[in-house]
Amino acid sequence: MNVMYFAWVRERIGIPQETVETEAATVNDLIAELRGREERYEAAFADISALRVALDQELSDFDASLSGVREVAFFPPMTGG
Amino acid sequence: MLVRVQTEPFDAGAELNAFAQGHTDVGAVVSFTGVVRDTNGDLTEMQIEHYPGMTERAIGKIVDEATARWNLADALVIHRHGTLSPGAPIMMVATAAAHRAAAFAAADFLMDYLKSRAPFWKKEITSDSADWVAAKTADEDALNRW
Repeated sequence: MNVMYFAWVRERIGIPQETVETEAATVNDLIAELRGREERYEAAFADISALRVALDQELSDFDASLSGVREVAFFPPMTGG
Repeated sequence: MLVRVQTEPFDAGAELNAFAQGHTDVGAVVSFTGVVRDTNGDLTEMQIEHYPGMTERAIGKIVDEATARWNLADALVIHRHGTLSPGAPIMMVATAAAHRAAAFAAADFLMDYLKSRAPFWKKEITSDSADWVAAKTADEDALNRW
């Protein structure tokens, strides 16, 4: 699936998006996988309460299923307007 | 209904005039323009990042909800991204309705939701710092008004 990062999440991980091969069932499972990879992921996902997640461009929850999801995006709370 | 997400500056007055024209069935047009604020006098620029695709979808949903809830005759949202200078317009909303209460409420609702539910992120650049703007609890709380 396509995993995207925005704002300081993108800066900490160092890339705007990547293709991730995963069997993760939920967003939390995917995060656990990513955190185990490298220190930069651990740094980005250290405090989940500071993050938001969108599944296929709709805001979602960390315990949501990834079944059928093609695009996951992680970012801090939005500051538009 | 018109939603534009763009890097280019816009002329809020010209946009408002164009929006207000062509409606004979409305009694009220309300607009709001957000501007890059230099709070401490040292802002060099503001960078605004967004999530192409999701941005348009999220704004479209917010506008649809406002249109249905306040029976708007029309609505306009323009939001910029990229690098902006202090004093430059960031975004504007305009609403047209039969009566002013609906037009004001819908514009207020649009602003509250665009601030916390449209995927934009602001970064303030000064000569010696570059900081992402933190979302305020008050902005999230504002959504509960609706």
